[in-house]
Amino acid sequence: MKRRFFGGIHPSYRKELSVKATPSVAVIPKQVVIPMLQHIGVPCVPLVKVGDKVLRGQKIGDGDGLCVPVHASVSGTVIAVEPRPHPLGKLVTAVVIENDFQDTTVRPSESCGNAEDMDPDTVLGLIREAGIVGMGGAAFPGNVKALSAVGKADTLIANACECEPYITSDDTLLRTNPEQVLRGMQILSRVLQPKRAILAVEDNKQEAIAKVNGLLSEYTGIELSVLPTRYPQGAEKQLIQALTGRDVLPGQLPVSAHCAVFNVSTFAAIYRAVELGVPVTSRIVTVSGEAIREPQNFIVRIGTSFHDLIEVAGGLNDSTERVISGGPMMGIAQSDLSVPVVKATNSVLCLLKDRNGAAENPVCLRCGKCVSVCPMRLQPLYLYRFEKAGNAGELERLHVMDCIECGSCAFTCPGKLPLVERIRSGKQLLKEAKSK
Amino acid sequence: MNLTVASSPHIRGDFRTSRLMLDVVVALLPALAVGTWILGFRALAVTAVSMVSAVGAEWLYCKVTGKQNTLRDCSALVTGMLLALTLPASVPFGIVVLGSVFAIVFAKCMCGGLGQNIFNPALAARAFLMLLFPAALTHYETIDGFSSATPLHRMVMPALPENSLMDMFLGRIPGSIGELSALALLLGGVFLVARKVISPKIPLAYLGSVAVLTFVFSKTGNPISWMVYSLLGGGVMLGAIFMATDYATSPVTPMGQILYGIGCGALTVFFRYYGLFPEGVTYAILLMNLATWGIDRITAPRRFGTKKGEQV
Repeated sequence: MKRRFFGGIHPSYRKELSVKATPSVAVIPKQVVIPMLQHIGVPCVPLVKVGDKVLRGQKIGDGDGLCVPVHASVSGTVIAVEPRPHPLGKLVTAVVIENDFQDTTVRPSESCGNAEDMDPDTVLGLIREAGIVGMGGAAFPGNVKALSAVGKADTLIANACECEPYITSDDTLLRTNPEQVLRGMQILSRVLQPKRAILAVEDNKQEAIAKVNGLLSEYTGIELSVLPTRYPQGAEKQLIQALTGRDVLPGQLPVSAHCAVFNVSTFAAIYRAVELGVPVTSRIVTVSGEAIREPQNFIVRIGTSFHDLIEVAGGLNDSTERVISGGPMMGIAQSDLSVPVVKATNSVLCLLKDRNGAAENPVCLRCGKCVSVCPMRLQPLYLYRFEKAGNAGELERLHVMDCIECGSCAFTCPGKLPLVERIRSGKQLLKEAKSK
Repeated sequence: MNLTVASSPHIRGDFRTSRLMLDVVVALLPALAVGTWILGFRALAVTAVSMVSAVGAEWLYCKVTGKQNTLRDCSALVTGMLLALTLPASVPFGIVVLGSVFAIVFAKCMCGGLGQNIFNPALAARAFLMLLFPAALTHYETIDGFSSATPLHRMVMPALPENSLMDMFLGRIPGSIGELSALALLLGGVFLVARKVISPKIPLAYLGSVAVLTFVFSKTGNPISWMVYSLLGGGVMLGAIFMATDYATSPVTPMGQILYGIGCGALTVFFRYYGLFPEGVTYAILLMNLATWGIDRITAPRRFGTKKGEQV
């Protein structure tokens, strides 16, 4: 039975800009900047120092706790280990490698091979050692998420909704390498033993759907679910609601609804890690938007600067207003294009000035459109109002922390209120009030 | 290159306050056309005077108080138009101007402006004028200048009006400028719903509760006719579709909108049955305006991840 998630919007998708037959290979840069923090959790400690020779795939940072290692994405010489700008908008310690253009690669991990012959711990170990994080943008360590779902999740979900406008990197992966995704799903299914393994995709990706459909008979136990396109279908809680009708409990993880959700790129990375023994050193990145001359998808080495990538895509239009890491609804606007592509960078988006942009003097009409589109059933107009009034108690009563910052409210608001911005600061306000 | 760093989302939809307001003006045009056709050119003149003085009052208010000019949101046009449509075509122009200025200055701007007002400005002004000029506001003339009673007046008897249901539906009856034709108002309502300017919840709940109550508590032996005349007569259609759906003064939660519509309908019937005037729409909606924030508070949507009635 097809279900729906609550609320949501239909932005103009503009995916046709970047959809090409196959992803082009990006020019491999002279230099890569590899941040020690590419996941949610504790930063890695660098394992190399200036002057060291490194090979592609060599581990160059690792740590304890909620942490997964990072690897060199080219072979060459370490020329700096220092804080560098990060797409999250802060300085993060990074290892800078001068490329020797030999692409000498470390030997694949010895324990890799056919996943059917492995015990679950070996699989999870390989996933961790390959530095796998949620590659849809959240960057939660893959092995930790998988481990937390063992014995608790009855549904394994591969997320290929890619509901953000412009982005086509998951679509490109499914069109070019669907086998890697399906195999990755089988590998994780062996670990989690779910009742169902579902590949979820929105109906605006017909070519990918046809490709997967043609392969399903070879990959037993995997279902394909085609959902009517609507934003934010790819948000974990909304996707679980749409597929299973279950709600993730407030403030809890998907496992509370007995689901484990991973992006399709993460599944492909799991396949490469477990059966080929290869760590994450590259990913597909969509470079798109009205401000880029030749929008397309690239296979990009981790650590390639946004600047280099934009150059390969023909450069920026002179009237570019924003460059965004991620999608137009939830991505982060960049001020410095020297920031590198990290594991979770699915898109570099270059936009002209939005003609529907923010108003000088935003006024709430109380039209209630924000309430009807909010997928978390919040009341953005009241959150906005109580944030302005500095009223932490009311913000808590209205569950400000439940907001997933999907931007549906701000997108829809006729008064052009900066709703997401203010709600974000409302969360901060509540946190501060509670810590007192 | 100077890149802008701002919060997500980086794209926005093309809904704009001014577009929503102009849609309401467009949606009211059929009703105004019928009013002009039945009542003559003066209906159009009253509407024009009301709209112009509403815009003028807002311009002047912004000038005098030094506030940013807010005319571009077009909401003053809507207020002026709505007020005029609740008035008889024979109303003196001075009264129209006074009402329009009251609506903009006192009911809207001094409450904090667009979105902040407690009462629907057009209805607040109408209530104000009713206090001062009850005769002028209830004196209905035909296009030939004969005064005549509206169907609603006859229903006070109580008796079914002599007008045929088709005349009432199309608007071939005496009455206020914008209240004549249920068909024209319904067309406007369908347009607003199709353009996603309003949700149909409030109008449906409003009209539904009027229908149920007048059917159950019919004052004549023919409850179905009584119900249909009650829906077609007076300002119920204009009120349910255009007044009760005013953004600033109606609830934003889905459940709240239904409750609010039912409340408006119930009070309308109550005031019609027991009130001083034959009509009760104005006071019903104004009274429900007061309950709006309270209704929103008690009808907050169920929190994501919780079951009905569960407190987390």
